[in-house]
Amino acid sequence: MANFANPTVFVDLTRRLLPWLAAATAALFVVGLWLSFAAPPDYQQGETVKIMYLHVPAAWMATFVYGVMAAAALGTLVWRHPLADAAQKAAAPLGAGFTFICLATGSLWGKPMWGTYWVWDARLTSVLALFIVYLGLIALWRAIDDPGRAARAAAILTLVGCVDLPIIKFSVDWWNTLHQPASVFRLGGPTIAPSLLWPLIVMSLAFTCLFLTLHVMAIRNEILRRRIARVTMLAAAEGDGLAPGLVAGGA
Amino acid sequence: MMADPHIGFIVAAYAVAAATIGAMIAYVALDYRRLSAHLDELTQALEAARRGAKDEGRR
Repeated sequence: MANFANPTVFVDLTRRLLPWLAAATAALFVVGLWLSFAAPPDYQQGETVKIMYLHVPAAWMATFVYGVMAAAALGTLVWRHPLADAAQKAAAPLGAGFTFICLATGSLWGKPMWGTYWVWDARLTSVLALFIVYLGLIALWRAIDDPGRAARAAAILTLVGCVDLPIIKFSVDWWNTLHQPASVFRLGGPTIAPSLLWPLIVMSLAFTCLFLTLHVMAIRNEILRRRIARVTMLAAAEGDGLAPGLVAGGA
Repeated sequence: MMADPHIGFIVAAYAVAAATIGAMIAYVALDYRRLSAHLDELTQALEAARRGAKDEGRR
């Protein structure tokens, strides 16, 4: 683990890892989509259940990515791991993307099933709050120029935002919500028929692999951004005649 | 499946997900291309400037 703290080692590792991760993601999406469209219609929802094969994995990823960011925030504040802030910054736009998919597909499922695109139900509202926290974190990184200060501020906000995760998970138990209670991760096992559960599992693996691939790529981008900043500072310290436009372009 | 009364919602959900995933992939890939091109340009310019300074020192 300490070895991966070296950005050069990490970049070398990504070069070898990325083709495999991308191939696994593509293969899982092909199998997952095939299983989703081959699955039988639900006895109540009919074919609209196919939206669940996107909505549920996206919802899981929305909270999983935030968990990864919280772990990275601890890495920044407690262990001062050199790549922790890069991992945290790289994950935020991806988490926002998955949360957006969750909200949009949930809304498109809600209209035919509930009769409305949106209701201020505890589960929906807490996921919307998570989406706003993601956007707030992205804005925070852009608002503070000093990367070290930005990383510490974002890490604190990320840890504060963690309070939303148990609210999302248990909102359907704590309050009387229109959103259905847990049907996969529950005591007593899943309540979904295997023919509907398998496409859900494979699509969830596909979403997880997609996140891992994009996250590794985005961390590599953050390392490049740091290198650009270092070369720019070196050029300024040596007082050479680099064109000002060239130096300003990497920010 | 095409005869389902809610087919429009299903197609819209898959289209939104595909567009969002496509945007996430494009954002990360284009950012990498832009950053690596800029780093190459900067490194080459810095090396050229160093060479120029060395030549001037010899004279």
